[in-house]
Amino acid sequence: MKKVKVYITLKESVLDPQGQAVMQSLHNMNYPDVQDVRIGKYIELQMEDGADIAQKVDAICDRLLANTVIENYRYEIEEEVRS
Amino acid sequence: MKTAVIVFPGSNCDQDMYYAIKDGLGEDVDYVWHAETSLDGYDAIMIPGGFSYGDYLRCGAIARFAGIMPAVIKAAEEGKPVLGVCNGFQILLEAGLLPGALLKNKNLKFICETVPLKTENNQTMFTSLYKEGEIIRIPIAHGEGNYYCDDETLAELKANHQIVFTYAGENPNGSRADIAGITNRNGNVLGMMPHPERAADAMLGNKDGLRLFQSILNHWRDSVHANCIS
Amino acid sequence: MPTASLEPSAETIAQEKIYRTMGLTEDEYAKVCKLLGRKPNYTETGLFSVMWSEHCSYKTSKPLLKKFPTSGGRVLQGPGEGAGIVDIGDKQAVVFKIESHNHPSAIEPYQGAATGVGGIIRDVFSMGARPVAILDSLRFGQLDNARVRYIFEEVVSGIAGYGNCIGIPTVGGELSFDPCYNGNPLVNAMCVGIMNHADIQVGQARGIGNTVMYVGASTGRDGINGATFASEEISDKSDEKRSAVQVGDPFMEKLLVEACLELTKHEALVGIQDMGAAGLVSSASEMAAKAGVGIHMNLDLIPQRETAMTPYEMMLSESQERMLIVIKKGSEEEIQAIFSRWGLHAVAVGTVIEEEVLRLEHKGEIVAEVPSDALASAPVRHMPSRVPETYTLNQTAPAWTPEIKNYPETIKRLLTQPSLAAKDWVTRQYDYMVQTNTVVAPGSDAAVVRVRGTNKGLALTTDCNAKYLALDPYVGGKIAVAEAARNIVCSGGIPLAITDCLNFGSPEKPEVFWEMEQSVSGMAEACKELETPVISGNVSLYNETDQEAIDPTPVVGMVGLVEDLDKVCTVAFKNAGDAIYLIGEAQAEFGGSALQILLDGKASGKVPALDLELEKARQSNVLQAIQSGLVSSAHDISEGGLATAIADSVFGTSFGCDLTLFGDPAVELFSETQSRYLVSVPKELTEKFETIVRDTVQIGIVTTSDELHIACDNESFTLNRPDLENDWRGVLSCIMSTEN
Repeated sequence: MKKVKVYITLKESVLDPQGQAVMQSLHNMNYPDVQDVRIGKYIELQMEDGADIAQKVDAICDRLLANTVIENYRYEIEEEVRS
Repeated sequence: MKTAVIVFPGSNCDQDMYYAIKDGLGEDVDYVWHAETSLDGYDAIMIPGGFSYGDYLRCGAIARFAGIMPAVIKAAEEGKPVLGVCNGFQILLEAGLLPGALLKNKNLKFICETVPLKTENNQTMFTSLYKEGEIIRIPIAHGEGNYYCDDETLAELKANHQIVFTYAGENPNGSRADIAGITNRNGNVLGMMPHPERAADAMLGNKDGLRLFQSILNHWRDSVHANCIS
Repeated sequence: MPTASLEPSAETIAQEKIYRTMGLTEDEYAKVCKLLGRKPNYTETGLFSVMWSEHCSYKTSKPLLKKFPTSGGRVLQGPGEGAGIVDIGDKQAVVFKIESHNHPSAIEPYQGAATGVGGIIRDVFSMGARPVAILDSLRFGQLDNARVRYIFEEVVSGIAGYGNCIGIPTVGGELSFDPCYNGNPLVNAMCVGIMNHADIQVGQARGIGNTVMYVGASTGRDGINGATFASEEISDKSDEKRSAVQVGDPFMEKLLVEACLELTKHEALVGIQDMGAAGLVSSASEMAAKAGVGIHMNLDLIPQRETAMTPYEMMLSESQERMLIVIKKGSEEEIQAIFSRWGLHAVAVGTVIEEEVLRLEHKGEIVAEVPSDALASAPVRHMPSRVPETYTLNQTAPAWTPEIKNYPETIKRLLTQPSLAAKDWVTRQYDYMVQTNTVVAPGSDAAVVRVRGTNKGLALTTDCNAKYLALDPYVGGKIAVAEAARNIVCSGGIPLAITDCLNFGSPEKPEVFWEMEQSVSGMAEACKELETPVISGNVSLYNETDQEAIDPTPVVGMVGLVEDLDKVCTVAFKNAGDAIYLIGEAQAEFGGSALQILLDGKASGKVPALDLELEKARQSNVLQAIQSGLVSSAHDISEGGLATAIADSVFGTSFGCDLTLFGDPAVELFSETQSRYLVSVPKELTEKFETIVRDTVQIGIVTTSDELHIACDNESFTLNRPDLENDWRGVLSCIMSTEN
């Protein structure tokens, strides 16, 4: 069993109004050193291991988890220790 | 004309669409459950607004894999009118029937109000009863209606006259080029954030949206007539 | 009886008085022991403590609630079920109820408000009705406080997030701001549904051997002890009780609505009830007690979202979007099929038994067994009451008279008070149009929703001027009901019935309990006179912050019937040239008025008097004039007096007006004398109008101008509508765009 950590973020070129709002707040809270805020999604998958796991994760991200018109994704595959 | 209104779990404007066609237009209409696989026998397909599958993950992302979607895509390829309103627009984008994507409104809030729209293209099967450049008033009600596409796509949309409606007043959601509704290249798939079905009943004080459905009906009558002659 | 290893034994609970930390008093614990004939174990103590909390049992307010009239010609179901039901003709009925979610909203405003909406919707569809409208009565502290702004913003988002997703239009309500709500906002949600008489359901577990099923979301540890929590004051320690906050899932609820409405058409359904406050324990015990039976439930079968949950946790969990149903034995599979079509699970978890007990089985052992009706029979608490000194002082104080130097400026300042300013910033976030039946949108006296398939409509409003109640809860209570009825009448509706949400401070304070007594008496009297019985309601006590109680705020939610939608009426002027009439004469009554708060910073003195007989006669006359098609616009004169009524009538239109008034201009423009209206009437209909409405005087005409010309004795001034409207509309969005 593997744990797959998927990170989805808006593409650079796409405006992120949520991120902008958070950055504005941080500036108002006196953190002027924050230069940019981008908000994304973090998704965890528990998956059966297999030779083609990366290929499957790519397909899952392309088809459902991310909308590649506006979003990028990356992922990490980790060994899952079962409790 | 026989119309299908597709019902997904979480659709909530399905009844509004149904009554706009049944009472407003006076035509045949059925609800079609998302798990069905065929739309044979229907002349027009409506994908209503709402929060399909809770809009979890992304608006429309999960609905796009519903059992009925291959049939919707087939109907679109056959040239039948396919109208997606609000969440329906989001589903058509996710399904790749229309280009681009929808982001959160620029003010991050849900917005419900009646807004002026400019009819940019009246040479479509959805807009033939509007005048070119006509300003109509149609309600919007969405939290993620901020249309986005890249420069290349926008240039194509413009070149092919695929931009059908734009916001004529203040742009409520921050959409690119004030876009409120677009068609596919063939012009038979229309996705729009505003709700024409909410403006199809005199009792509610606004019938500007009814002409959109009447345009579809006229188109259908013309095409049936043309088929009979040929 | 065995208990989970970490739980204290029955003996320990008794010896160490653990029941007290769980919320039971000495007397109550003694009564539990007597009812059981033994000491309760941990689970049982938990069941009693939550079911006997004020929130679930109304133990303090019960004696007062008896004063309300609860039946009448059109009432089909009074208080006691999920929601009340009133006949609207054509074998159809309207179902409605209001409920508070004040304490959860103070801690986690988004989810608190969202789950408040979710809960009240379940109360309505559990009766078999399709929910058609939501109204929200909201009160917050002062907006110059950043925390208050945060709570306000999140509460509105939460209501929008839930209501918009589930597809029920939020068509109205109230919004006001006062320092007394600084730490304790009021979030009261009302839901209205429509149904056929034939589909009326009850929450009863009839039929020995029938199957008890659990439907909807799985059970987690969220909200455990929420009901007990709602019965305590908010303190700094409240943050530690964060587990009391539940998270709502409007998508799940949308599926539940559709599946349950399909279910109510099925002949196998015996009873259905929402798992609201106190979750499984309240739904199971109430369904059993009402039918005079028992329920045996196997907790191993309860769908669980978390592991290793104890019986105590499962029974007291307030996980949202769950229902308990009782169905005829043998029909389980058919019922499961309905739910699985909507992607939901229906699980058989128990059986209706003859012995009148709630018996809980867990891992092969019986872990609790209590008489069904014991949980529903909390000992009534008779609280002492005392007249507050402030009341006596206010009654005997000399009358307050305003000094106004600049009338246009005063009107502008009034209209830009957050409580009187435009509510667009809020209503724009609510989908008030979905279902395409909203004939009158938010912003008029009452919203009107069409009954589809007919030419009838429902007029809906909520009302309460807490400033009046703070000065005089008895008269203020009467006014709350009368004003709600006026709102209905102004829309062209016949007032049918009310639901109430009684928000007060701690009843353990004799002065607060006195306020409760007086308010309820006043409301009850008005309900009797105006023939609007109370068909459902909710009590929210302990609304205090740092020992300071809120103003008494018994919110009235009223529903009226518009018999002919073509005669529906709104606030806005319609045609230039229409005659403007004022119905009722102003007296120098400023106690608790918006003008007094503005100029003096606080309410004092005597509130405006209310003559219920006159009130009823006027309502009947105004309604008759509207129903006869003689009236273009109608608006009751309330907060801010005639001045704000005129402004409301021109805002959003392209009209102005010329008005001539006689008398003291301060009184004419700002007095809040009751039972008064501002209406406009087409010129050619004025004679007919005057034969129906007698105590009225024409004060001017509607013009096409952008200006409002007002002359009164030696005062004469002009207001510019676009300027004034701009200021009025900008208030909330301006405040809410302030950072921090």
